[in-house]
Amino acid sequence: MNKPLNILFLFLSLLFLQIFVFNNISFLGFINPYIYIIFVFLYPLKENRIPFLLYAFLLGLIIDFFSDSGGIHAFSILCIAYLRLFFVRLFFRKVVTDYPFFKLKSESFGKTFNYVVTLTLIHHLIYFSLANFSFNNISNVFLNTIYSSIFTLLLYFLGTYIFTNSK
Amino acid sequence: MQQLIYFFQKFKYFLFFLLLAFISLALTFNNLEFHKSKFVNSANYFTGGLYLKANNISEYVGLKSENKLLAEENTRLKNIIENNKSIIYTIDSTVVDSIKYHQKYTFTAAKIINNNYAKKFNFLTINKGENQGIEREMAVVNSMGIIGITDNTTESYARVQSILNRNSKINARLRNTNYFGTLGWDGLNYNTVQLSDIPRQAPLKIGDTIETGGKSTIFPEGILIGTISKINKGNTAENMVYVKLFNDMSNLGYVYVVKNLDKDEIKLLENPNE
Repeated sequence: MNKPLNILFLFLSLLFLQIFVFNNISFLGFINPYIYIIFVFLYPLKENRIPFLLYAFLLGLIIDFFSDSGGIHAFSILCIAYLRLFFVRLFFRKVVTDYPFFKLKSESFGKTFNYVVTLTLIHHLIYFSLANFSFNNISNVFLNTIYSSIFTLLLYFLGTYIFTNSK
Repeated sequence: MQQLIYFFQKFKYFLFFLLLAFISLALTFNNLEFHKSKFVNSANYFTGGLYLKANNISEYVGLKSENKLLAEENTRLKNIIENNKSIIYTIDSTVVDSIKYHQKYTFTAAKIINNNYAKKFNFLTINKGENQGIEREMAVVNSMGIIGITDNTTESYARVQSILNRNSKINARLRNTNYFGTLGWDGLNYNTVQLSDIPRQAPLKIGDTIETGGKSTIFPEGILIGTISKINKGNTAENMVYVKLFNDMSNLGYVYVVKNLDKDEIKLLENPNE
C-alpha cells in the first residue's frame, strides 16, 4: 500500500465506483453508501500529512463536481482526514515511530471496528448536516446518518473480508 | 520573526486544514445560491462528457418506457391538431400562417444525462448547451409536466435546478381558475411538492390538477404539474397544499427546454433601469 501507483489506483477506483455505482443506488429511495472515505482508512500513516490532506480534499472535490453538491464531500472527507491521527492515537496507541509499520489489517478486529465506525459516523454526520443546511428536519439528518453509515460499513467490512481471504 | 516561523512550523497541518476547509465551505455556500456556482457543477466539459458516456450505456434499459411516453404524447398532440383543424375548416377558411403568426415559445429536445432526486438541493444535467441556444433561466419540461429551470450552461451541457430543490420557486395555479400560488419543495418526499400562498377562497379539492400559471417569464402557461394530495386547512398563516407530481422524478429520459422569445422584452418593461 506504500507505492504511489497503488495510491493512485485506489484514488481513481474509489472515485469512479462512488460516482457511477454508489451514487445511483438510492436504496429505499434515499440511502446511499459513501465508500470513498475508505481512502482515509487505507492511506498509509506518514509523518508529513500535507499530501494526505490534499489528496483527500481533491477526492472529495471531484465527487462534488459530479454530484453538484458544492464542497460538501470535500469538507466532510477533509475533516475525517484531519481527525484520523487523533483516533489512531486514541484507539491503537501508536507513536510517531510506529507510523511506517501501521497497517489496519494487522490490528485486532475490535480496535479496527471502533476506529472505522467513529470516522464513518463523523463523516456522515457532517455530510448530511451540510446537505440539509437547516435545522428544520434535524431528525432526518440523524436518521440518514445512521442508515447510510450502516450501508457504508457493511460494504467496507464485506469488501475487506472478501479481498483479504482471496489471497 | 522566529516566533512566527515556529508558530507556522508547529501548526502547519492545522493551518493547511483550515485553508482547505475554507475553500470547500465557500464552494458549498456559493452552490446554495441560484446562479452563483460557476465553478463546481456537473455541466463542465469533463463531468458532462463522462456522464454522457455513462448515460449512453444505461439508456437502453429505459427505451421501452421512453417509447411508450413518446407515443402517448404523440396521441395527445395529434388530438389537439385534429381539434384545431375542425375549428379552422368550420369557422374560418383562412389558414393561419405560422411564420406571420406571432410565436412566443420555442422548444428544444434534450436528454438528461445525470439525475438527482434524493438530496435536498437536486440538480440535473442535460446534453444541450449554449451551442444549441440554451441559456440560463429557461424552463425544462417533459410530456408529463415540469422538471426544472436551467441555471448554468457551458458550450454543450447545461445544469438544471430541479423542481426538487429547496431553492425552487415556481408560479402555479389551480387548473381552469386564476388562483395562483408559489410552488416549492420541503426536501422530504420526491413525489410531493408544496403549493403555498394560494388564496383561501380558491375552491381546492383533493385530486384537482395544478398547472403552471404563466405569470413568470420562464414557464409557459398551462404546463401540468400534479394533483392535490393533501390540503392543510387550519389557522396557520401559510395555506399549504401538497401536490403529487405527475412526473416520476426518479425516472426521467428526454425533456424539452422552453425558450421564451419575449423574455427580454418583458424584463425590460418590468425593470427598465437594469
